[in-house]
Formats: sequence, C-alpha cells, structure tokens
Amino acid sequence: MSKYNMHILVCGGTGCLSSQSNLIVENLERYIKEANMENQVQVLKTGCFGFCEKGPIVKILPDNTFYVQVKPEDVEELVKEHVIKGRRVDRLLYQDPTTSEHVEDSKHMDFYKKQQRVALRNCGFIDPDNIEEYIARDGYAALGMALSMSTQEVIDEVKKSGLRGRGGGGFPTGLKWEFASKNAADQKYVVCNADEGDPGAFMDRSILEGDPHSIVEAMAICGYAIGATKGLVYIRAEYPLAVNRLQTAIRSAREYGLLGKNILGTDFEFDIEIKFGAGAFVCGEETALIHSMEGMRGEPTTKPPFPAASGYWGKPTNVNNVETLANIPVIFLKGADWFASIGTEKSKGTKVFALAGKINNVGLIEVPMGTTLREVIYDIGGGIKDGKKFKAVQTGGPSGGCLTEEDLDTPIDFDNLIAKGSMMGSGGMIVMDEDDCMPAVAKFYLEFTEEESCGKCTPCRIGTKRLSEILSKIVSGKGTEEDLEILKELSQVIRDTALCGLGQTAPNPVLSTLNKFEDEYIAHVREKRCPAGQCSALLQYKITDKCIGCTACARVCPVNAITGAVKAKHTIDQEKCIKCGACMEKCKFKAIVKE
Amino acid sequence: MSEIKITIDGTDVMVAPGATILDAAKKIGVHIPTLCHLDLHDTKMVNQGASCRICVVEVEGRRNLAPACATPVTDGMIVNTRSIKVLHARKVVLELLLSDHPKDCLVCEKSGNCELQDLAITFGIRDIKIGKDGAQSTYRKDVSEAIVRDMDKCIMCRRCETMCNKVQAVGALSGVNRGFNAVVAPAFEVDLIDSVCTHCGQCVAVCPTGALCEKEHIWSVVDALADKDKIVVVQTAPAVRAALGEEFGMEPGTLVTGKMTAALRRLGFNYVFDTDFAADATIMEEGAELVDRLTRFQNGDPTVKLPILTSCCPAWVNFFESQFPDLLDVPSTAKSPQQMFGAIAKSYFAEKMNIPREKMVVVSVMPCLAKKYEASRPEFNRDVDISISTRELAHLIKQANIDFVNLPDEDFDNPLGESTGASVIFGTTGGVIEAAVRTAYEVITGETLEKVDFEELRGFEGIRNATVKVGNLDLNIGIAHGLSNAKALLEEIRNGNPKNFHAIEIMACPGGCIGGGGQPYHHGNSEILKKRQTAIYNEDKNKVLRKSHENPFIKEMYKDYFEKPMSHKAHKLLHTSYEAKEKM
Repeated sequence: MSKYNMHILVCGGTGCLSSQSNLIVENLERYIKEANMENQVQVLKTGCFGFCEKGPIVKILPDNTFYVQVKPEDVEELVKEHVIKGRRVDRLLYQDPTTSEHVEDSKHMDFYKKQQRVALRNCGFIDPDNIEEYIARDGYAALGMALSMSTQEVIDEVKKSGLRGRGGGGFPTGLKWEFASKNAADQKYVVCNADEGDPGAFMDRSILEGDPHSIVEAMAICGYAIGATKGLVYIRAEYPLAVNRLQTAIRSAREYGLLGKNILGTDFEFDIEIKFGAGAFVCGEETALIHSMEGMRGEPTTKPPFPAASGYWGKPTNVNNVETLANIPVIFLKGADWFASIGTEKSKGTKVFALAGKINNVGLIEVPMGTTLREVIYDIGGGIKDGKKFKAVQTGGPSGGCLTEEDLDTPIDFDNLIAKGSMMGSGGMIVMDEDDCMPAVAKFYLEFTEEESCGKCTPCRIGTKRLSEILSKIVSGKGTEEDLEILKELSQVIRDTALCGLGQTAPNPVLSTLNKFEDEYIAHVREKRCPAGQCSALLQYKITDKCIGCTACARVCPVNAITGAVKAKHTIDQEKCIKCGACMEKCKFKAIVKE
Repeated sequence: MSEIKITIDGTDVMVAPGATILDAAKKIGVHIPTLCHLDLHDTKMVNQGASCRICVVEVEGRRNLAPACATPVTDGMIVNTRSIKVLHARKVVLELLLSDHPKDCLVCEKSGNCELQDLAITFGIRDIKIGKDGAQSTYRKDVSEAIVRDMDKCIMCRRCETMCNKVQAVGALSGVNRGFNAVVAPAFEVDLIDSVCTHCGQCVAVCPTGALCEKEHIWSVVDALADKDKIVVVQTAPAVRAALGEEFGMEPGTLVTGKMTAALRRLGFNYVFDTDFAADATIMEEGAELVDRLTRFQNGDPTVKLPILTSCCPAWVNFFESQFPDLLDVPSTAKSPQQMFGAIAKSYFAEKMNIPREKMVVVSVMPCLAKKYEASRPEFNRDVDISISTRELAHLIKQANIDFVNLPDEDFDNPLGESTGASVIFGTTGGVIEAAVRTAYEVITGETLEKVDFEELRGFEGIRNATVKVGNLDLNIGIAHGLSNAKALLEEIRNGNPKNFHAIEIMACPGGCIGGGGQPYHHGNSEILKKRQTAIYNEDKNKVLRKSHENPFIKEMYKDYFEKPMSHKAHKLLHTSYEAKEKM
C-alpha cells in the first residue's frame, strides 16, 4: 500500500493539455519511478487551476509550490531538485510582475489572493476521474443531506441561499425549481446546460473537466427536489475532455450507487444521460436547447410555456447551467446562510469570470459578487498588458456591453451590470486597451451573433445582418450620419421585438459602445478617422520630413506605391497603398507614420 | 374555467383562458396585422411560430413587445396594439423583411395574392431605408413538374413546413441553414423531385409570398389553341366549378359550371368535356374492383387484400409509393379520373371521331398541383398533355377578355361531358367513397338504391368511419383527408386493420380537392372550403342521374368499347400499377 508524502498536481485542463501537460505527467511518473519513489510521490492530473496565462501549471503538495509554464523537458530537473533534494526550482516559479520576485506559493500570488473559489472549489485539487477523491472532499454528502429533507425543504434551502442562474439570465434558481416541482407529471427532467457558447468563456468546461461529480450530485439533488428521475446534460461535442470526464463520473456514480435506483438507501431513483450539441450559440437558450435535444432544429420558441411547464418532450423540465449547479452541493454542505453571506444584496455567492483580452493574467477567476472591476482587472488580472491604458471591458460576451473607466469601482453583480447597460452573461470578461477601436469591437460581436442567429425571427435574422453591414461600412470609412441613426433605431427595435434572448441582446454591444464611445463613431463617419488606429481602411501611411531618401521603403513596398529620387523625400501613392505596413517597419529613421 | 378580462386599446374584453391576444383583439374588431401566423381551424393547421414579429403589441409591465399571435392572455392584462412604439417596431420589421426580398412584384406569380405585398401597402412603405444596399439571401431555384420554389422570396414564416410536416406528415420541408441564410428546403437542399414531396401543393396554398408557386402552363395551352392542326380537348375536375368564381369576385361557394363551360368554348377548345365523366368511369372500375375483392373475401379467398383504398388522388399515390412501399397492393389499380379521361379521349373518343393521337391535345383543368406531376409520369404516356390549375384557368379567361361573370350558362359537349351526381362529389372528402357505395350497393344487392345521400360519409373531420348496410353485408368504410390522417389510417392497416375496414377513401388535401393546391387562395379563411363543399353537394342534388352506372354515355362506352369493367381492354387503358420510390 502506498503512503504518499508528496502529491504533484498537474493541470489537465484543455489549455494546459494542449501545452503538453500529458507529457509532463508521463515524464514525472517516469523520473519518479526511476528514483524508486512511486510509493511516496503521487502524480495527479487535475482540473484547471485557472491561471491559464501561465500554464501548464504544476503544483506540489504539501508545501504548496506553484510552478508555472512548465515544459516536459523541465521535469527531470523538477524531480531531481524538488522531489528528491527538496530544493525549489526558482526559474519555474511565478515571478511577480511588479517586484520581479519569485512567488513560491499560490496563496501569495495576486491572481489568487482576492479569489474565493466556491464553484471551482475542487478544480485543481482532485483527480476528476476518481470519485473517491471527490467523496474525500465531502462529495455526495450534500445529496445525502438533501435526501433526508423533504423536497420543499430542499427547494427552500436553495431559495434561501439566493442563488441565481449563472448562465446569463440570473433567474432565482430556487424559484425555478419550485415551478418545476409544482407541475405534476408522470415524468420530469433535469437538464444541465453545458452549451457554453459565449466566445472566451470556459468556466463550464473547466468545471466539467475539473469537478464533474459536483454536477452529477447537483443534478441528483435537483431531481429529488422537483420529482424528476431523469437528468440530461446538453454538452457541445467540441468539449471532448469534458464529455469524457463526465462520462467517467456518471459511470462511477452508478457503480457507487449514487445514480440509479434506491440512491443512498432511499427510494429515490435518478440517472443521467449525455446529449451532444453541435456548438450552436443559440442552443444555450433553454427552449432551443430542448428542441435540439429532441432532435429538432435548434431554435427557440416563445415563452410561455416555460420549460418548467412544458419542456423536454412536453414534460416539466428544469434547465440549469453548469456553474449554477456547481454551487448547489456547497449550499447544502455549508448552509444557505453561509452562501447568502457572500455577495451583494441581490446577488449572492461568487461568480466565475473568464478574463481575457489585453490583460496580464489571462485565466479563470472566481470572486465574490460585489467585487469591483478594478479589483478584477488590476489586482487579479495584473493590469493591462504592455502598460497600455485601460479603455473598456466587455462583459456578458456578445449579449453584453462594455464598461469603462467610470465603471471600474462598480461592484459587479447582476443588477449593477444591467444598470450599466451590460450584463453578467455567462461571465466572459474581455479587456480592451487604448488600441481597440470600439466600432470594430461592436462589429466583431455583431458578426458573431449574425452568424449564430438561428434565422427564425425577422429582427434577428435580417436585423443583425443589417447591423453588421452598417458597422462594416463605418469601419471601412463609408458610413454616413444616417447610418448612425439607423444603428440606434434598428438596435432598439431588435431589442424590443426579437423572439429570444440571443436576438434581444444582440444589439447590446452596439448600443453600449454607441452610448459610451459615440465620438469614435462620429470620427469614423465624419472625419473618416479611426481614433484607435485600428481600422486599416481609414489609415494612411505617410512619409515625414525625417526621410533621407534611402529608398529602402520603396524597395520593400509590394505594390510599388512609394516613389522618390535618391536622397530626396519619398511619397506614398495612397491610391496604390494596401496598408501592409512593410515600409514603416523597414524605415530606420522613423520617417513613416501611420495616422 | 371562467373567462378572464383583458383590456385592449382601452376596451375591456372577456376571453377564455388560453386564448391569445390576437384572438381577444379579433373579438372586439381590432385587426392586428399578422404574417407568419395561420390558423385553418377545421384542418388543424396552426402555424404559431411567432417568427415574423409583425403582430407585436405592447403589454403593460413587459419589458419588450409581445407577439399577439402566440401570447396567451392573463387576467387583467393591458394591451396596446397601436402605440407609436408598436407601429414603429412593425414598420422596421416590415422594412427588414422587404430589405431581403426581391422587388419584382410586377412579374411575380403571387402579385395581388401576396400577404407581404398587402402589408407593404397597408403600412404605406415608400422607401426601404434599412438595408437599402444590403446583401440579399439567394438560393438556387428549384422547379419540379408541379411546384416552383423561388426561395429568394421566402420570409421564413414556416407555414409550408408546418403544413408539410404536421398536416401532411410528408416531411419534405424543414428549416435549413442558419441566420441570414436560413431557409425552408428539403433535406440537404435537394430538389423537390428528389425529396419525399408528394406535390400536393398545400405548401403553395399557404405560402404568403411568391416563394412557393405552381409550375405554370398557361402559354402552352394558348399555343395549342392557336395551332390549327391540333384538336384541343379540355376536361375540368369537379372541384374547379365550385371555386373558379372566386377569382372573378363571386361569393365563395358559387357554382359556375355553366359559365366555365361557356368560357372554355370561347377560349377555343374544340371539345369541352368533363373529368366527371371519367369519374363515373372510375366508379365503374373501382366499384367493380371493390365488389370483386369483397366477393372473393366472402368466399374465403386468402389472397384477397382488404381494405381497398381509393387511388384518385395523385399526391396520395406519391405518398404511399414513397412512405408505404410495403402496401402497394392495397390501393385500387384504377387510374385517377384525370388519367382515365386522357386514356379514354385518346383511345375510345379518338377512334370514334377518327382523330389521330398526335393531333389531339388533352388539357386538364385541375384544383390540384400533383395532377401536373401525375400527367408527366412516364407510364401515362402523356395521355394528358397539359394540366393547368383553377387559378391558371382564371388567368387565361381574363387574358382572353372574357366577361366571365356575365357569361350565359352552357353545357358540356358529348359524349365525354355527361356525368352523374356521383362524379361531382369526387371533389370533396367522402365523395369518392359515397359514389362507389351508390354503385356497389346496386351491383351487390341487385336492388335499386332509393336513398342516395349517405350523410354518415360526409363531413370535415380528418378521419371518419361509418358502416353502411349493403344487403346482408356491413360495409366498413374509412375516410381520411390530409395526409397525416391518411398516414394514421394506413398505419392501422399495416397493424392488421383492427377496425376491419373494407374500403377507405383518401384525399391528400384538407377538405379534398375543393382545398387543392391549385385552387384560388383561401388566405387562411377555412370557411371558404366549407362553402365549396356545400356547393359540390348542391350540384349532386340537382342532378337527375346520381349513380355513375346510370350515366348513358358510360353505358354506351362500355357497350361499344370496353365490354365491361375490369375487362382486358379496361385493364390496359384504365388501370395502372405502383412502384416503391425511395426518396429523401
């Protein structure tokens, strides 16, 4: 029997895996075996640690050493030095960007200091493929507690916790459960929405990869509460690792009697089936998701009827998103009061955000509701990349809006974000700096929704296309003042008339950038100028008086747009110029400028 | 449950729970514009996708606008159907639709019948500001023998899809692609001809725009009529006379048999005949087949197949060939009246009149689009050269400067123009089987049938059954109209015919031929179908002869040419065979 005195946790999330963390595990096992220490040192492939920017992550317990950006070839040194000799390998430690000091321990890293991991509690701690590790961290105890309560007590506990849906809508979870529980039917369903489609957001995938049992357990609790015996996980097929780990989790749970008949000796019966989606954004909308599961076209239908009354195959169905469900077991383990003590008045608990964009610490973070944007961006995120100036942050993905400098001290919760013209969404947070052009940002999002629109209702099918066309006109310098008026008018009508949440929120990126950066739009339209210098169609490369006539630029220009006599100032023919920037790069005298 | 009160534009209205805002508004004469919505009450066709968003209204306490067609009323609901916000939103939505719609209204087949055009007129749209130079979603044009799909004009109302899947159970059409390129099409966007489409044309009947139209042949008819070397023979199906008048502003349900005949004669047809004559012949053949199968059955012949299914409806034939290939020996082998007419005209009549086959052009006027496809089936050897719809005939009459409404009533030519009341009712659900029973009764019992009206076989229910006493036999009859109902009955037969049906009549279109895909557009008014049905039964009642076998010209034809029903010659000319068709 092995008695480990050291555990090496290697991130097995999708990001780190693509940076060869599998090979790191293999190498660790090999060198440890060579050192005959396989009975003392355990190597574990865990879920995501969140600090994806610095992956692959290797964490060593019990001393909590946090190695970053480890390569397979670093392993030999790591084993010889750290494992065998007990000496830390400094070069692989995280280096504080401000002090340049090596930080040994994740607890002392700014990235983790302000985080509170509830939904992500097990990610990076346990082997997701091993049910016993989950059980060792009180896994399935919450299910046991729930089964000893009445169904109404279970619902009341969730209601009391104040948990709201993390998928975007922010609807009170307990209330949703209560609706489904009150609709009598011979069959009901619990559906886990794992169709994470918000570009840049990956918390649901991380939870399923790192802690799949928390979802299995939560679904069983929900099944008990609403009177459902069947659970379905709707997951996109492009999450193979999450699917795999979930399948393993479901299989183990069945083996351990935690799914199936007579769960934990009660007469409660529950099992889970996985349904695959093809990765359509709109299938995150619950009615579209249900239709997709039924084998129909993934299209939303008008509510009412709500799924709680008529969902999967017309039966009462409760749909919750992955992160929402991940909070459920903790609510029972630590109590609704504990959960409700975290967060703001109307938004309880924590929220996971996927930090991305022009920020130093890209990754997955979890903070109490009410944390300010400033804390997230500067303390946890380590500020803006390359010392540039913060401009805006897009929350809520393509359905959300942008927040600016003036919003930095706003506590983040469901209602504050909506009041600021954005939304929580599923928790994507894309940080933009001074180089980002806001009309171009809006165009990016509209191109996304235009493509992801199912095409069912007119405002979304044709309206998003028209919005995106107008934005394209604007960023290419062909926009008119009338276009700005149409943008506003059309956005408002789409918001008022679209059939589902996707369409209704699609104009948000336009409205919020227009609201906060109207001057940028006007500059594009009136002056044909892009203040951020991003829109290539509006850029002009010009040669200044610094030019000494060396001819280097003329020689590098691929379209022969530059002319001029030797030792005389050159000029660029704007008609011919394709704005590739090669001349500017070539010029040793900084004589070429972009404006 | 008791009614609930809601307020619409300041007026209180009491409605049943479950009603929509649109229902409630109708009750007080507030006509909220709709486009995708369609509710053909009697045929269970309800398209409630709420996708066009033209019918949006303001509901107090609701953040966004609500689609009136799909929003159930709640007690105390306060609705505003004409606020500035609502009117503006509707206008923008309409502009969006128009921005992705071809502007060739002048030459569009649906012009004048287009619901999108109607809305543009109502809203007074003069300029399309949004998406003026925007992209257009364009698709490959798909032309089958019966239907033209010009999906550039599709507005994604999905009525055709609902019709094809829910009412007809054909499943040829569904939404494909996403976003701006979303469109309704057969699977993998194959052509209709390669799909399970039955060409019933019900999609065309409900399409609000010119996206789904019929394959027109008006000009081929004009060419034939202008050709001095051709003898052009026309036949008109029973349901045409009950609907044609609508195209000339006459009340739905007005019978225009005499005017139609007069118009056809003025158009220059050499012989104006009646498909009804062939319907009487169909009864002779199909009736004989029924009697034969019944007799063999009663005599204990184990090879006999019962029930016998009617085979007059070409869409129905297409349906069972592709969806029930294991039951091909159940339907009657009798050709449809259209094809029987073609065969009789080009054999019996041609020989009698000494007209060479190549000189004769047979034109059929049908309430149906599947007939166009049927006429093109190779096994029929172009017995029917051109098949046009009721709508096309109306266009032809208008083009030829004929004042239809003031035409005198004229009679069909003989011999192929004489018909009985039994053949007239072929045009409505229940009619074919009633006609067959009238003849079978007398053949089986040898007695005269006194009461010819079989009320128990009439009606509008999708699936009906009745037992008719024929001598000492209880004849169990099933009737279905609408292919989903047909499918249900066919599945029963596949599962051993538990209701012990002897004969089943099936018509693909809701209501039968009166509701065919080639009839004047009903624009969602299902009352029109009922009025046409009444007209058909009235025509039957007014006929002196009401049993097919009493038709003197039918008797003469059998005496002179076919000898008897199901004779060798009859088999060769008046019967057909079916083959399994594997389609997508």
